[in-house]
Amino acid sequence: MKVKQLSIFLENKSGRLAALSRALAEQNINIRALSLADTADFGILRLIVDDPEKGYAFLKKEGFAVRLTDVLAVRVPDRPGGLAEVLNAIHQRGLNVEYMYAFVEKAGDDALVIVRMDDPDNAIGILQEMGVGLLTGDEVYAL
Amino acid sequence: MVWNEIEKMDREQLNELQIARLQETVKWVWDKVPAYRQRMEGEGIRPEDIRSLDDLALLPMTTKDDLRDNYPFGLFAVGPEEIVRVHASSGTTGKPTVVGYTQEDIQNWAEVMARTLVCGGATKNDVVQIAYGYGLFTGGLGVHYGAERLGATVIPTSAGHTRRQIMLMQDLKTTVLACTPSYALYLAETMGELGISSQDLSLRLGFLGAEPWSDAMRKQIEAALGIDAIDIYGLSEIMGPGVASECLAKDGLHVFEDHFIAEVVDPATGKPVEDGAQGELVFTTINKKGLPMIRYRTRDITILNRQPCSCGRTHARIKKVLGRTDDMLIIRGVNIFPSQIEEALLAMGHIEPHYVLVVDRERGLDELEVWVELNREAFIDEVRRIEELERQIKRGIEETLGIGVQVRLVEPKTIARSEGKAKRIIDRREIK
Repeated sequence: MKVKQLSIFLENKSGRLAALSRALAEQNINIRALSLADTADFGILRLIVDDPEKGYAFLKKEGFAVRLTDVLAVRVPDRPGGLAEVLNAIHQRGLNVEYMYAFVEKAGDDALVIVRMDDPDNAIGILQEMGVGLLTGDEVYAL
Repeated sequence: MVWNEIEKMDREQLNELQIARLQETVKWVWDKVPAYRQRMEGEGIRPEDIRSLDDLALLPMTTKDDLRDNYPFGLFAVGPEEIVRVHASSGTTGKPTVVGYTQEDIQNWAEVMARTLVCGGATKNDVVQIAYGYGLFTGGLGVHYGAERLGATVIPTSAGHTRRQIMLMQDLKTTVLACTPSYALYLAETMGELGISSQDLSLRLGFLGAEPWSDAMRKQIEAALGIDAIDIYGLSEIMGPGVASECLAKDGLHVFEDHFIAEVVDPATGKPVEDGAQGELVFTTINKKGLPMIRYRTRDITILNRQPCSCGRTHARIKKVLGRTDDMLIIRGVNIFPSQIEEALLAMGHIEPHYVLVVDRERGLDELEVWVELNREAFIDEVRRIEELERQIKRGIEETLGIGVQVRLVEPKTIARSEGKAKRIIDRREIK
């Protein structure tokens, strides 16, 4: 149930994000979701793409500091309080969210959030047991 | 005013004194320092071959590497029982350069430093605040002994504690400030913030050195502090501060030639250049017992001028130092070699030694920023772990250099690689 995310180290200087997205476009790699964490000096760009292995190999070849990170794609009921319920469940079971961001596309009627957990393998079992919906990698890449 | 009439000695007499002392020194190292003797023997030179000052060029040159290779005491000419003080400065690699002084050397150092102070217009009535660092660096203690020899009142504040420096300058009516030029600017700037002007102080002179600085910076310091800013020159391998000093003519620094012989050579060939031509400054000590130096290559670029000076001194002058022949940086008076940073990065294991040093002068104070490439292996998708890595690198470099730095991680392969010597330094300070 794990989803492969591309994590890329970027300096905080103008044009880096544009250069990277242009490079991915040339490879015909489609970005499905993204998040950028930034500090004064640098940023970490997190991308869900339609073909993570290809994206990884390409960015590596281009010399980017890139990593494949395991994340979870969590279904969230698309109504007020939907996210709170999911997060509450996660919190009650003592799971720790390192970061999360929303997916643009919906999965059927549900909204979708990408969540990075300390221990994704353990989290998958617990979340499924609690009835929280998860998407597989292939389902996510094909959205 | 001169401290010692010898500074006005007739040129011919001075040359005779120099040759006599040079012969003594060469004999001394031949007898006492095996490393010197071996090198002279290797060149087929014996002490009696040195008959005139021109014969100086026959002697092998000495470099900072020689000090490193003979670390710590290999070039000392006396045993530890004769050494009363050691100082140390940064080396090109992990080990510092250690220098030592006999009792007599310390006396002579105080003598040339007292001359420096008088050369720049100080008298025994002055109150001298010494804001050069005290410790392994020769700046603080060197100026200190000279000022005491002169009979001035010494305030040994050492570097730092800027507000306290200013308070003491006001309360103790400091007339002479001794510090690096960048610190003088920083003091002026801080005074501005505190609403204190040069009118509120009694300062009249500054003895500034240990760092390259421009005439433009001199004007700025002089205006801000209301002083005559005097450029002083020295290096620990030769003595420390007191090797050469400007007089109030501010037209070159007089080398105290009865203690040090200055040559200017072509850095590529090591051959002496004509007077008036630019080249690398080389010193031979001719009145030093503990660590005599024969033709020590300073790596500083300057021009030698033997024309008489309006101040009446006959001792030759060197022009304000124009640059370096190596990649040494001087930041806040501390010698920094890029190779030290390389070593610190390699010691961390997972960091590749691709880096650039960016030196800037912010608010008069030199700042060093180190850009380091983050390689793919060291990249972890967590902001706090990357920040921790930055802090680790910062600590590693600071421990090696002994000064504070800023570290910035940059993307892999963004630092230019070049054939041969990499461009490792971006110096944004305006020195020239």
